[in-house]
Amino acid sequence: MPTKDFKRLAVRKTYKLFIGGAFPRSESGRSYVVADAKGQFVANASQASRKDARDAVLAARGAVAQWSGATAYNRGQILYRIAEMLEGRRDQFVAELRTFGVKNADAEVDAAIDRWVWYAGWSDKLAQVVGGANPVAGPYFNLSAPEPTGVVAVIAPAESALLGLVSVVAPVIVTGNTAVVVASPDRPLPAITLAEVLATSDLPGGVINILTGSPAEIAPWLASHSDVNGIDLTGIADHALAKDLEVAAADTLKRVIRPFAVDWSADPGIGRMTPFLETKTVWHTKSFEGVKGSAY
Amino acid sequence: MAIFEYAPAPESRSIVNIKPSYGLFIDGDFVDGAGSFKSISPASEEVLAEISEASEADVDRAVAAARRAYEQVWGPMPGAERAKYLFRIARIIQERARELAVLESLDNGKPIRESRDVDVPLVAAHFFYYAGWADKLEHAGFGPHPRPHGVAGQIIPWNFPLLMLAWKIAPALACGNTVVLKPAETTPLTALLFAEICQQAELPPGVVNIVTGAGATGAAIVNHPDVDKVAFTGSTEVGRIIARAVAGTGKKVTLELGGKAANIVFEDAPVDQAVEGIVNGIFFNQGHVCCAGSRLLVQESVADEVLESLKRRMATLRVGDPLDKNTDIGAINSAEQLARIKELTAAGAQEGAEAWSPPCELPARGFWFAPTIFTGVSQAHRIAREEIFGPVLSILTFRTPAEAVEKANNTPYGLSAGIWTEKGSRILAVADQLRAGVVWANTFNKFDPASPFGGYKESGYGREGGRHGLEAYLAH
Repeated sequence: MPTKDFKRLAVRKTYKLFIGGAFPRSESGRSYVVADAKGQFVANASQASRKDARDAVLAARGAVAQWSGATAYNRGQILYRIAEMLEGRRDQFVAELRTFGVKNADAEVDAAIDRWVWYAGWSDKLAQVVGGANPVAGPYFNLSAPEPTGVVAVIAPAESALLGLVSVVAPVIVTGNTAVVVASPDRPLPAITLAEVLATSDLPGGVINILTGSPAEIAPWLASHSDVNGIDLTGIADHALAKDLEVAAADTLKRVIRPFAVDWSADPGIGRMTPFLETKTVWHTKSFEGVKGSAY
Repeated sequence: MAIFEYAPAPESRSIVNIKPSYGLFIDGDFVDGAGSFKSISPASEEVLAEISEASEADVDRAVAAARRAYEQVWGPMPGAERAKYLFRIARIIQERARELAVLESLDNGKPIRESRDVDVPLVAAHFFYYAGWADKLEHAGFGPHPRPHGVAGQIIPWNFPLLMLAWKIAPALACGNTVVLKPAETTPLTALLFAEICQQAELPPGVVNIVTGAGATGAAIVNHPDVDKVAFTGSTEVGRIIARAVAGTGKKVTLELGGKAANIVFEDAPVDQAVEGIVNGIFFNQGHVCCAGSRLLVQESVADEVLESLKRRMATLRVGDPLDKNTDIGAINSAEQLARIKELTAAGAQEGAEAWSPPCELPARGFWFAPTIFTGVSQAHRIAREEIFGPVLSILTFRTPAEAVEKANNTPYGLSAGIWTEKGSRILAVADQLRAGVVWANTFNKFDPASPFGGYKESGYGREGGRHGLEAYLAH
């Protein structure tokens, strides 16, 4: 057999969506062409539909109880595990970023890995930084503590397909929220490859769901969805669309991060975690005799 | 049922001098507005004063004054000096406490016992608390150089007129913002007296501006291009309108909206204390409380006992003259609100729930509603889902703690909740699972300037009170 005359044909990856821990195609059957920096064909990515967005919200809602109920220590370990898995696949991400003409791809992948580590450490610290006991004037133990808002939709930045993506997703989930993420439309491959990392990091299915396709098509369904509690509009460059999405989000009083220019390599601070946290304050009546001894 | 007879014990209204008419408070002076309206006493329907109605142009003048004051005086002023103005205001509020309490009860209809012992002391405490923050902001956890936003537009409701003013103005000023505040159209008088207090304190002109009016005045504030931050307390419906209005702008916004709180009574709760908590939860301030415990969830095994005890206690509630020191339940704030309460309670009866009120003689003039409880309420009933904002309690039962949590969370709101049980571990477990911003364990309707207040879900976003309350007024 004349095998030596034939160069081995590479096995390409099918880039699909990531919903509920599984990798389905879009229920719509649609895909779109992803091109490299030179305009050459790279892959057919799934083009997510309204139904896919709803399925993703359902998966995210289903994951809230387990993920927000996990210990902060456990969530921190899982985020650290994501960093480990990403490090192991470092070269693959560098290659994908280079496909899209990213010049400092090595540095960007390193920064993305380090960002997971940074946020992993926050899981069991943020409550002490933003919560605490309140010295009220009365016989009460009064404590404020942060809790996750619930399901958060994230429109990931269009340019920074890995570091930007990690920088908007990690702060949402580290506190116990679950996320439905719309990836960069032109550079969706690192997002789906990241999904493979997530799938092998002990992250419960549904905590992060990733959709590829058109943010302008998908985001309105997420902004108006009654079971979405917050939305990060960072990836929406079109001011009119961002405004429309904020108007839609107002119907259910979602917590909104408006788009603004971000230097993804800078110290992120805690400003992407706190918008999707709720402060719960509990007043506990203090009394030696039990409640019977206390005046209300 | 025997009820003690009480002789009337009216608080004298001579301590307060209500002027026949009031202007808008802009740039340190009272000026005439474009229109006018009347503020009445809801207990007697007597006209208390003629109030200026601020037009868009008036609001523009107020915002311009606030901007000038922000840029020239209040923004550059050292925090320690801002603090002293706020301390001074707190002291004047204490000095004029009785006058403020009487005026609040007259204009709002709430019992003098509450305005005197709850509202006004909390107002002074709130200014005192935030005064101390003004020169310590860099230690508040919002970065090393937190900055004010600039001009804050603030819109407050009629249920706690002066207290809501304090919740808005004290943190805004402490952080270095200047304000344009609109009190509710049915309760403008204590805000206007507060403007006089600002004059007495020699607060620089333009730092606080009070514009009176109704929805159109509020919209002019929200939509003004030179307002940097909008803070609103009121209905979820208006909250949505404001959230839409600021979309696509750079304006920061915080919203304190409606609620439908569950007050959960477990079988091991001390019944007498729980009943006091239920009464306080729903009848305090005529139930005009966004965090009112308007849904009683009582464990089935003790439901009869609790209900009987609650009825006995309700029979001793005195409804009537807000200025009478023995009054427990005052007047409903307005004819409009009374109509809303009547509509929803009619729907409750129509949907099959059973209403009960103690025998209770209501005054002939003014707006009144007898304290009412509904039994046989299902979760689907309107009275279990919609905010009534009146002295009306819907009673539901549960069998297990898990069922209590599920029912408590079955609402688009998430402002507050109550838990009554002697079991500490159960308090912590249930409190953990309730989706509400404030949870009272074996107490209810407690407020403190050091304690953050605000909701989950459609009860709005942002917190007022405590260190958390600074965040709304700082850019960082």
